[in-house]
Amino acid sequence: MQVLQVVISGISQGLIYGLIALGFVLIYKATETVNFAQGELMMLGAFLGLTAVTFGMPFWAALPLAFAGMWVIGILLERVVLRPILGQPAFTVVMVTIGVGFVARGVVTMIPGWGTDTHALAAPFKGELVRAGGLVVGMEHIVVIAATIALSTALYLFFRFTRVGVAMQAASQNQLAAYYMGIPVRRLNSLIWGISAGVAALAGVLLAPITFVHVNMGFIGLKAFPAAVIGGFGSLPGALVGGVIIGVVESLSGVYLPEGFKDIAAYILVLVVLVVKPTGIFGETASKKV
Amino acid sequence: MTVEEPILRLQNVESSYGPVKAIRGVSLTVNKGTIATVLGANGAGKTTILKTISGIIDPDKGTITFRGEQIQKRDPAWIVRRGICHCPEGREVFPLLSVRDNLMMGAYTRADRDAVARDLEMVYGYFPVLRDRAGEEAGKLSGGQQQMLSISRALMGDPDLMLLDEPSLGLSPKLTREIFDIVVRINRERGKTILLVEQNANLALSVADHGYVLEVGRIVMDDTCERLRANPDVQEFYLGMKEKGVRGERRWKKRKTWR
Repeated sequence: MQVLQVVISGISQGLIYGLIALGFVLIYKATETVNFAQGELMMLGAFLGLTAVTFGMPFWAALPLAFAGMWVIGILLERVVLRPILGQPAFTVVMVTIGVGFVARGVVTMIPGWGTDTHALAAPFKGELVRAGGLVVGMEHIVVIAATIALSTALYLFFRFTRVGVAMQAASQNQLAAYYMGIPVRRLNSLIWGISAGVAALAGVLLAPITFVHVNMGFIGLKAFPAAVIGGFGSLPGALVGGVIIGVVESLSGVYLPEGFKDIAAYILVLVVLVVKPTGIFGETASKKV
Repeated sequence: MTVEEPILRLQNVESSYGPVKAIRGVSLTVNKGTIATVLGANGAGKTTILKTISGIIDPDKGTITFRGEQIQKRDPAWIVRRGICHCPEGREVFPLLSVRDNLMMGAYTRADRDAVARDLEMVYGYFPVLRDRAGEEAGKLSGGQQQMLSISRALMGDPDLMLLDEPSLGLSPKLTREIFDIVVRINRERGKTILLVEQNANLALSVADHGYVLEVGRIVMDDTCERLRANPDVQEFYLGMKEKGVRGERRWKKRKTWR
């Protein structure tokens, strides 16, 4: 029974990684660059949620608010910081996103009420336990799992059935052809930044009741990155699956393996996957016919 | 013949890729309801002309007038909404989207759903195979079917002017013939003006009304296709017909008269 409990908490932790990885993958697919500030976007989202709750808003209202707030910040980031360097080498863009991450951490410490302190986000379900057939699972884990399922369903429906969603797929598969069709590729790319920042914010607010809200919580992005790689950088379901795999392995090794394995488990997994299946689990290889 | 009313006019257009000048002072006119073709060898600048018209490349100089409005240096999306759809070289379908979604992307700029649905039916009428495979990923189609999809996708934008770039690329002669027949039908039945770029000069001259010959970025000759086909230089260099010498063999290298 203990194994199952560990696995469930691993899954919920892994879904948090997966949500951040989702942001990596969304931006990578749309713009072929990796946004290393994804963890910091999550951190900012968590602080937004925290502030909303501190001002007396209920947790369930803070969630969409943090999403909307980070959506706007994501779009601004794309417009102000990334669009001017469009066309520069990928290395430049990566350095800029790392810089954005540093700036975000610096700015947060300057804001009164946020600072360098560790904050606890009061969620209505915090500390509640769900008992089912000998299993005891924290409510916050259940919430993470349910929320992720809801969000990924929404994203699936959006990309599969809406005109804008399909156009985003089209632009990521063949950007030039998308321009030929009159699809406003740049506007869609900034929308993608908005979505992925919003998803990161949800991850942050969902993570907050499990851990704490802190200026350095964005470093969790360093574990989300392997999740994206394992899933096959470029596959949205892959990001979630990769996250879950890392989360489960991590929590199992935290319980059953010697001290220290928990922190490196994610990276060992990445090495194994890269050796066995370099394209990742859901890696897509599309060949072009001539 | 239709009344000669120019729908597209390029005047002295120059475009370059960085320091490399691809077209130098190209002027051409396409009349409404006709098929015009640009002939030329590899690297002559045919594709560059089309890309400049559709706004993918901004010209360094010159003006492009479409239906009396200057369209050079505008956003590609803006130009598509004005009624110019580009069917690019090498098909360029969206490989992981279904055939139907590919077609719907061609109509991305249009808001009138009923008209889009009608055009979808029209396109399926021209290329029934696309209806049969509507749910499949476009990347799984054969080369010829992808070319049909690419043409249909451009047609879904309900253009007044279609830019067709090398529709015969990589296709068997029979399939090429079929596709060209449908291109002509689209022109005649739907009144779409077509600017066609082709390596296969024989085929292009047989379907088009007016032809331009492009060499190293310059237009060296333009005339009706009938007269171009009769021109000895075009026959020699583009249609591959060699005149025989008096002794039945050739000992000289022919020079082009336009050089």
